[in-house]
Amino acid sequence: MTGFLLRRLLGIAGTLLVICALTFAVFYLLPSDPAAQFCGKDCSADRIVMVRQQMGLDDPLIVQFGRYVLGIFAGQTLGSGQYAVHCGFPCFGYSFQSGQPVWDLMLDRLPASASLALGAAVLWLLLGLSAGLLSALRRNTWVDRTVMVATIGIAALPVYFTAMLLLYVVVTVLGLMPYPRYIAFGEDPVGWIRNLILPWITLALTFAAIYARMTRNSVIETMAEPYVRTARAKGLRERRVVGRHGLRPALTPVATMLGMDLGGLLAGALITESLFSLPGVGKLFADSLNKADQPVIMGITLLASFFIVTSNLVVDLVYAWIDPRARLT
Amino acid sequence: MNAPPTPRGRSAGRPAAAIEVAEAAEATATEAAVAEAPASPARLAWQRLRRRRVALAGLGIIAFFVLAALLAPVLTAISGHGPADTDKRAVDSYLGGLPRGSLGGMSTQHWLGVEPMLGRDIFARLLYGARISLLVALCAALLITLIGVALGATAGYFGGRTDTVISRFMDVMMSFPSLIFMIALLSVARDVNRVLLLIGVLGAFGWPYIARVVRGQTLSLRHREYVEAARACGTSSGRILLTEILPNLAGTIIVYVTLAIPGLIGTEAALTFLGVGVRPPTPSWGQMISDSVLYYKADPMFFVLPSACLFLIVLAFTLLGDALRDALDPKGGAA
Repeated sequence: MTGFLLRRLLGIAGTLLVICALTFAVFYLLPSDPAAQFCGKDCSADRIVMVRQQMGLDDPLIVQFGRYVLGIFAGQTLGSGQYAVHCGFPCFGYSFQSGQPVWDLMLDRLPASASLALGAAVLWLLLGLSAGLLSALRRNTWVDRTVMVATIGIAALPVYFTAMLLLYVVVTVLGLMPYPRYIAFGEDPVGWIRNLILPWITLALTFAAIYARMTRNSVIETMAEPYVRTARAKGLRERRVVGRHGLRPALTPVATMLGMDLGGLLAGALITESLFSLPGVGKLFADSLNKADQPVIMGITLLASFFIVTSNLVVDLVYAWIDPRARLT
Repeated sequence: MNAPPTPRGRSAGRPAAAIEVAEAAEATATEAAVAEAPASPARLAWQRLRRRRVALAGLGIIAFFVLAALLAPVLTAISGHGPADTDKRAVDSYLGGLPRGSLGGMSTQHWLGVEPMLGRDIFARLLYGARISLLVALCAALLITLIGVALGATAGYFGGRTDTVISRFMDVMMSFPSLIFMIALLSVARDVNRVLLLIGVLGAFGWPYIARVVRGQTLSLRHREYVEAARACGTSSGRILLTEILPNLAGTIIVYVTLAIPGLIGTEAALTFLGVGVRPPTPSWGQMISDSVLYYKADPMFFVLPSACLFLIVLAFTLLGDALRDALDPKGGAA
C-alpha cells in the first residue's frame, strides 16, 4: 500500500512536471512577447528592454523554467531594489492585467467553481443513477427504450442551447426568478441554491445522460453474475437482491467516472460559467484568454492538471476501498 | 443496391469448409473476396444497419448536412444572400439593431432570418458554418485515425519496449486537461491558419483513445493462425500489419471514429465559442452561438438555429455510431 502510494505520488509529480514544461514551452517559444504584454500599449522600446530584464526574460529558457517551478514552492522575489516584490509560497506570478498574484485570483474564484461542480454532480447522480437503474430493471420494455432514446438525445444537446433556453423560458418568459448571480453559500444558503439551480441543470443534463447509460450497462452485467442468482435462490426479496448484491458492485465504474469528471470540473466548467457569468475559475480563464493574460492562463492550466491527476489517484484509492477484488499492490 | 440474382447467405453454393480454408489462406485475395462473396462482412453489416431506422435517420441527417455544406455556394445564390452580405434594411436601427419582423426576421427575403446589428443572412451563415464544422471534424477524425491506428497497431503488434513507450505516452496524453491545454495552445498562436491549427490540435489530443482500443485488438490478433502463417512465409512485419491485421481492425476503427466525430464537432464549436477557434469573418456555428448569447432575450431564434444544427449533427453521428457498433462489433462495444 505504502509502496503503491509512493509510486503513484512520484508518477503524479512527474506528469505535472511534464505538463508544466510543455505549457511553459508553448508560452515562451511562441511569438508573443510577455514583456510587451506586461508593459501595456504605449510603451517605448527602452522600457520593454528594461521590463524584459526585470522579468528575467533574457535568461535561457531552462533557467526561466527552473525559476518558475522553484517559485511555485519556495516563492520568489520579482524585480530589484525598491521595486522588489516578494511572492510567497504557491507563487504563480502576477496577472498582467490586474497586477494581483495569480494564486489569490484563482483562490478567489474556486468556491464558485466548486459550488457549481458539486451541486451539478449531486443532480446528475440522482437523475442518472435512477434512470439507469430503472432502465436496467425494466430491460427491453418500453420504459427502457424510452429512457435510452432520451439519453442519446439529451447527451447531444449543446450546453449553450440548454443554458439559453432555460434562461429564456424561466427568466424571460415565465419570470420565475431574476437573472442568476452568484451568492456565496455562507452568505445566504437559500439564495445560493436559487441562483445556482439553472447552471446546475445545464451542466448536469449531459452527464446524467451518460451516467444513465453506464449505470444501465453495469447493472445488467452484474445482475447476470452467479452470486445474484444465488441470492435469488436463497429466496431473498428482489428489492434486497438488487440493493445489496446488484447495486454495490455495479456502482464501482460509476464511482470511477465521478472522480474523474469532478476532477475535470473543479478547475472550472468553462462554457457553463461563461454562459451564466458565474465568477468561477473557468470564467477567469475565459476572460484571461481574451486579454492574453499569460500568467493566469498558465496558472489555471497547472491547477486544472493538478485536479485531474490527483483525482485519478483518489479514484484508485476509493476503488480499492469499495471493491475488495481490486487490492492495491 | 440490391444483390444480383445470386442466392444469399449459406446457400451460396460454396461449402462451408471451402470458405474456412479460403479464410485461413487469405493473403492476397482479401480484396477480391470482399467484393465477390455473397455474405462479405461489409454487406452483412450494411444489411444489419439497414434494418435499424434510427441508423438510417442518422445517415440521412448527415447526408443532408454534407450536401448543404457542399452546395453552400449554389444554395446561397438561390436565396440571394451571401454569408458576409449585410442588409441594413432587415434590421431596425431604432430597436438597437434587432431584426424586423417576427421570428428573428424570417421572411421570403431571408428564409431563416437575419443576425441583429449587421443583418447578415442566417441561412447563408449556417450553410457556410456547416462547411467549417464538418471540415474540421472530419479532417481531425482522419488525423486521429491515422495516428491512433499507426501507434496502437505498432504497440500491440511489436509489444515489449515499443509497447511500453507508446503506452506510457498515451497515459500521459490522457491525463492532460486537454480542453484547457488546447485553449492555451490556440490562444498563443496568433497568425496561423486557424482551421489547420484546429485540426492539428484536435488530432493531437484525440488519438490516444482510439489507439488504446486498436492496441488491445491487435494484441489479440497477433497470435492468430493466419498471422503466424504469414510470418512463417517470411512476410515482413509491415506487410503483415497492413494485409493481415488492418483488415480485421476495420470494423472497430469505423465504429470508434464515427463515435469520436460528435465529440470533435462539439469541441470545435466550444473552442470557437470561447474565441480561440475559427476567427471571424469566417462564419461558424460556434461564433454564431457566441454572438447570439447577448441577444437571447430579444431574439431567441438567433441562438436556437445554430444550436439546433449542432444538436442535429451531433445526434446523427451518435445514432449512426451506436448502430454501427451493434452491426460491426459482435462484442457489443465493451471498450
